[in-house]
Amino acid sequence: MDLIARGVVEALRLLAGLDAGVMEILLLSLQLSGLATLLALVAGVPVGTALAFHRFRGRGLVVALVNTGMGLPPVVVGLFVSILLWRSGPLGMLEMLYTPAAIVLAQLVIAYPVVVGLTMAALQQIDPKLRDQLEGLGASRAQLWATLLFEARLPVIAAVIAAFGAVISEVGAVMMVGGNILGYTRVLTTATVLETRKGNFDVAIALSLILLGLSFAVTWVLTHVQQRGVVR
Amino acid sequence: MHRVRVGIVAGLALGVVAAAIGVGAGCGGSEPGRDLILATTTSTQDSGLLDVLVPLFEERSGLRVKTLAVGTGEALAMGSRGEADVLLTHAPDLEQALLDSGAATNRRLVMHNDFVIAGPAGDPAGVRGTPRAADALLRIVAEGETFVSRGDRSGTHHRERSLWREAGREPPGEGYVETGQGMAATLLVASARGGYVLTDRGTHLALRARSELVPLVEGDGLLLNVYSVLEVSPERFPGVNHAGARAFADFLVGDEAQAVVTGFGVERFGQPLFFPRAAGADAEGR
Repeated sequence: MDLIARGVVEALRLLAGLDAGVMEILLLSLQLSGLATLLALVAGVPVGTALAFHRFRGRGLVVALVNTGMGLPPVVVGLFVSILLWRSGPLGMLEMLYTPAAIVLAQLVIAYPVVVGLTMAALQQIDPKLRDQLEGLGASRAQLWATLLFEARLPVIAAVIAAFGAVISEVGAVMMVGGNILGYTRVLTTATVLETRKGNFDVAIALSLILLGLSFAVTWVLTHVQQRGVVR
Repeated sequence: MHRVRVGIVAGLALGVVAAAIGVGAGCGGSEPGRDLILATTTSTQDSGLLDVLVPLFEERSGLRVKTLAVGTGEALAMGSRGEADVLLTHAPDLEQALLDSGAATNRRLVMHNDFVIAGPAGDPAGVRGTPRAADALLRIVAEGETFVSRGDRSGTHHRERSLWREAGREPPGEGYVETGQGMAATLLVASARGGYVLTDRGTHLALRARSELVPLVEGDGLLLNVYSVLEVSPERFPGVNHAGARAFADFLVGDEAQAVVTGFGVERFGQPLFFPRAAGADAEGR
């Protein structure tokens, strides 16, 4: 208990003093996870939409793969992205391993199926009559999808929250592909692991609390945006 | 309805801003080929030593060092595949094997400290002061006490395996716990279970306040812990940053870094965590 209290005090001290090292780590965590979530959103929503409305051969398999991907073990993602980016690997010439870009790539792989799967589910639960009606009114395909996505905005924002939550809290893959390099690829989760390993438990607890706070703040903003769609 | 749209636009704008900052951070400076990848053991990072040495070298050389504290086994494996440029490790015989394979060259001693066998202050196996570490292990087994192992192919785990070989037996099936984790976590497991453990002195000192363990067996020549720097072979792996590796290795064995090593940890622990290379010991750790 004493240790947790000291951690809380340490967290407040680091935040109140705007500790330069911690602020840098906090900002990097936010940037990388935000970027990965955004990329997953941009790339995932169209695919999720297409999967929701199109019937094609092998669709069942694709949907099953996406649903499996939603629970993809991050450490597996980390391993495969590492192998891909090794100097001796197929993308070795990019010299991308142990860079922030490698972290975004791994996080994107983790977040992407979440966005695709939840977008698909969100669109499929819309009353099919709405779609029939829109088609009946002569909506173009783009208008149709845009309208349906708008109707499904609440669960789509929920998908963003889930994806962001998954990547900001991710540690195994981020450690493997980023390398936890000070001032370059060290984020809140990997810094927490390092401080725990060093035996600096109060600092580790402080970093965890800061991570929780950041996660909450971002989720709060997203929730606010989401719920404004309900309370008119 | 209008408010909703404003909300969504605001949310998207927020994301775009975050992305822009993110891209800025991502592009913030990696010049391919100029970075130096250092693969090393966890103890050099966990002790805080590299947090002093690496920035100093970066300032002197203008290179960026990517420090990967992965444990000696994995660091040497990275060297054997050319995934790192320079290695700082503490397993003399494994290093020799890498040199023999031609994947690494030019091993030089950097520093040393020692391992201790730590255990509960009550010392139920009665190993306190045993001169030979291998005898202490046999006694711990004979008394049916718990021994906690790293079990992770780290330099420390490798040394523990050597001690079991020296004792002429395999680790016991009963009472032998493998954590597969780092030194600090393993020490805490040993402390919680009232077991014995092989640890480097630095980590023991760092966790002194949180563990119940005390050093019981020390001073055996086999407990000497020698850190060396190796350069990954540019002949075998033309892609490595060999100039950077050579510069870093020269820096580590140079006067400035050696002076840092000498004084490191005295303030926090009341005693040095590492001793500079000049203070004895050859690469085989005897």
